[in-house]
Amino acid sequence: MSEALLEINNLCVDYVSPNGIARAVNNVSLTIKPGETLGIAGESGCGKSTMAFAISRLHKSPALISEGEILYHGRDILKMSDKELRDFRWNETSVVFQSAMNSLNPVITIGEQLTDVILAHRQISYKEACAKAAELLAIVGIHADRMKSFPHQLSGGMRQRVVIAVALALEPKLIIMDEPTTALDVVVEREILNELYDLKEKFGFSILFISHDLSLMGEIADRIGVMYAGNLIEIGDAKTVFSQPSHPYTKGLIASFPTIHGPKERLYGIPGDPVNLLRLPTGCNFQDRCSECMEICKKDEPVLVDVKTDYQAACHKL
Amino acid sequence: MDTTNNPEVLLSVKNLIKDFPIGQSSSKKSFMRAVNDVSFDLCKGEALAIVGESGSGKSTGARVLTRIYDKTDGEIIFKGQPLQEFIDDNGSLEYARQVQMIFQDPFGSLNPVHSIFHHIARPLLIHKRGDKKVIEKLVYELLELVGLFPAVETAEKYPHELSGGQRQRVAIARALAVDPEVILADEPISMLDVSVRLGILNLMADLKDKHGISFMYITHDIATARYFAEKTAVMYVGHMVEWGNSDKVTQTPQHPYTQLLLSAVPEAGKSGRRELGAKKGEIPLWKPSSEGCPFAARCPRALDKCSASFPAVTQLADDHFIRCHNI
Amino acid sequence: MNNSITSDAKPSIPHHESEFRQKCRAAWMKTKAFFHGNPPGIIGGFLITIILLGALFAPVLTTHNPDKRVARPHVAPNAEHVLGTTRSGRDVYSQVLYGARKTLSVALFAGIIATVIAVSVGVTSGYFGGKIDEWMNFITNVFLVFPQLPLLIVLAAFLGQVGSTLIALLLGITSWPWGARVIRSQTMAIRSKEFIISAEVMGESKMRIILVEILPNLISIVFGGFLGTVIYAMGAEAGLGILGLGDATEVSWGSMLYWAQTSSSLYTGAWWEMIVPAVALAATGGALALLNMSIDQVSNPKLKTGPHIKVWKKLKKEADMRRGLV
Repeated sequence: MSEALLEINNLCVDYVSPNGIARAVNNVSLTIKPGETLGIAGESGCGKSTMAFAISRLHKSPALISEGEILYHGRDILKMSDKELRDFRWNETSVVFQSAMNSLNPVITIGEQLTDVILAHRQISYKEACAKAAELLAIVGIHADRMKSFPHQLSGGMRQRVVIAVALALEPKLIIMDEPTTALDVVVEREILNELYDLKEKFGFSILFISHDLSLMGEIADRIGVMYAGNLIEIGDAKTVFSQPSHPYTKGLIASFPTIHGPKERLYGIPGDPVNLLRLPTGCNFQDRCSECMEICKKDEPVLVDVKTDYQAACHKL
Repeated sequence: MDTTNNPEVLLSVKNLIKDFPIGQSSSKKSFMRAVNDVSFDLCKGEALAIVGESGSGKSTGARVLTRIYDKTDGEIIFKGQPLQEFIDDNGSLEYARQVQMIFQDPFGSLNPVHSIFHHIARPLLIHKRGDKKVIEKLVYELLELVGLFPAVETAEKYPHELSGGQRQRVAIARALAVDPEVILADEPISMLDVSVRLGILNLMADLKDKHGISFMYITHDIATARYFAEKTAVMYVGHMVEWGNSDKVTQTPQHPYTQLLLSAVPEAGKSGRRELGAKKGEIPLWKPSSEGCPFAARCPRALDKCSASFPAVTQLADDHFIRCHNI
Repeated sequence: MNNSITSDAKPSIPHHESEFRQKCRAAWMKTKAFFHGNPPGIIGGFLITIILLGALFAPVLTTHNPDKRVARPHVAPNAEHVLGTTRSGRDVYSQVLYGARKTLSVALFAGIIATVIAVSVGVTSGYFGGKIDEWMNFITNVFLVFPQLPLLIVLAAFLGQVGSTLIALLLGITSWPWGARVIRSQTMAIRSKEFIISAEVMGESKMRIILVEILPNLISIVFGGFLGTVIYAMGAEAGLGILGLGDATEVSWGSMLYWAQTSSSLYTGAWWEMIVPAVALAATGGALALLNMSIDQVSNPKLKTGPHIKVWKKLKKEADMRRGLV
């Protein structure tokens, strides 16, 4: 087994709210190998973003990483001191957020945002940093002329490319992308995806790709994990997840995307609404919406079991 | 879009133009053209999908049709009568009753300080559907019609107690309250959770099939357009470039922009870089003085005359139309 | 509806209480919830209730006439005169209670006038936009730069002495612009929300939209602005009083301060004559400010510093200890 780049073991993240403690991530374990793209799919409230941000320890009150460990090359990130964390962040792992306008500072030029990142971690001169910044912009397909532009002067697609350039600045080994193309038009999304393919080939970083768009994930991910109400309920290689899903929720999710070229038949999605994390039922979290619910589902929570090699799902039907 | 065996045409739009002023000073106004020379028909009991990216003018067109904006030029004919006459004859309330709209944001379309009952009862009261008892009965019926059970309990709730999907159902119930002939749905599912989207689309399809309500479905997602609507129209920068039967438009697109859209959609299993054919370009800002086809700058099949004039309508089949110089 | 949507659903038993009763009950529950776990709200509410009750029941709570000389001047607080007497031998305790009436009514009156004008201008301006907005903005800006206190001082000097009604009126007319601006921007934000567009598409009249759809959403900022104006007016009234520009013959906290100052009460050791009205002003202002703060917490839950933060801190410490970070 090739050595894992990142190993998450039994991670639990809680949110303390006036109405109780909500467990946003419940006992999640997974690994990311070097150079692979792992997609995490799920809807709102499933905990995918929460889990991803835990990797960089981005959580503030009232979120709390209550249990578990996150091993990066064997070192537990959750035990790092502040200095170690500073070295770790952005050098080893960077984050691309959903909306570029939320992650770029509107009053600083994009060139400066790049040089800021570079100079914060490297002891080089300002000129060298500028040269590196121009190089990064060229890699994502933006002319160096635009280094003096402000974010609002760029189009949505260009801004997202700047954000990707910032994420690449220190050549990290893992990039966490949280719905990076959701806010973009489909043609721009395709351009960004093309860039990502090229960059991956060139730099060989791993990507933790979070999205609710399963078709997109089916295209770019090597492996896909599906989360529901804080639990990882299915994880395995992308093709199998798509063609032979094991968990009823995954089946329902795939059935929620009408295709352009497939047969025109009525699809049903999944009845009901995503479950409220403060009022979880006993047993499986998915029981109220599951078409294959059995008696045992109402009592015991299912755990991940091996369905095939390197493929797991958590369902009592297996 | 005239077919020989004509089902009843409810809404007919001809050469619609909508301009907006841009710039701050009220003296020196310049305009941007959000909708340019758009024509289409909407028949009874039929769904028409308008597909386009941001800036395509699809939402603006819908808002002109519901009179949120006034048109700059062109004709809008509803049930054989020009829109103007509806308004002049004190008929604006009547038009509002027959043409309703549902919006994209389920969190913004309901007033947080009013109960669900209030939201649905108001249109019934405005259009004088009956006395208090009749209205109460109708409210509960409507809630059950859109799948919100138990109706009495839901009616007493406030918007923040409902999920996004449930709120959107309330918005649909509110639109149905006045018994409309046409519902314009502006991206009704794009802000909802994935597993809930189909429920809403299926509800709309049922309303169309069982109650004969016509829908105009505005979206950027061409897959759901094909799933839900019989007819699809593709818009780019305020121009309608290709329209007709949904299967024909999505399976055998002829306009280079439609082809670009379809080739860009992610598909599971087809990994790897995908060349798009169209040149990289930014979406232009169209002005009243602009000429030619808006896609000319990016089009792989552009001819000289494409920058000079916007093409006329070419009929490819009984139910497939396109506006292109170079087919 | 009758032809196309059939009713094969059983009509449920109509148990829909009138919207008004429902709203009243909801308001009562909200008030209870408002004070729960809200220390500033509880303290502020408690204090202001005491002060208001004191002002209201002044004739019951004290037997002395605040205007008459009832004892020897500058008597220290004792059993008979709980807060001592002034230079003219008047009972400070009854003065502070009766004075509360005057001061509070001026402040409340000014607050009401200012709020009514601010809401009218702000909502109209925000909702209608265009030329109406431009003109209202112009007027707002003019009034905004009006120097209120100097204006009042000049008027007082001109007219000799300004009665409290006039003070209240002037304070109200000059302190509305700030609230109007806030209300205007909030109205504009709400106006672009889809539920307003829905109501318009539905055929609602503009007046109804303003009163029923927009205004209820503005209640918390309107109320906050009202409390702010009341605090300001109270301070202004006291300020005018101590300068001798108010009506020194009427009993109010401002005039109490005035007489205390002219009789050099602090200098002669009769601290109670000056301190009592000062504390009264500070306590009332503080109570109102606390109430204002607690309203902010309700409208913006992120500001909530509730007990759950303590729980979070405890849990975080435990987790850190388990990891060996502490």
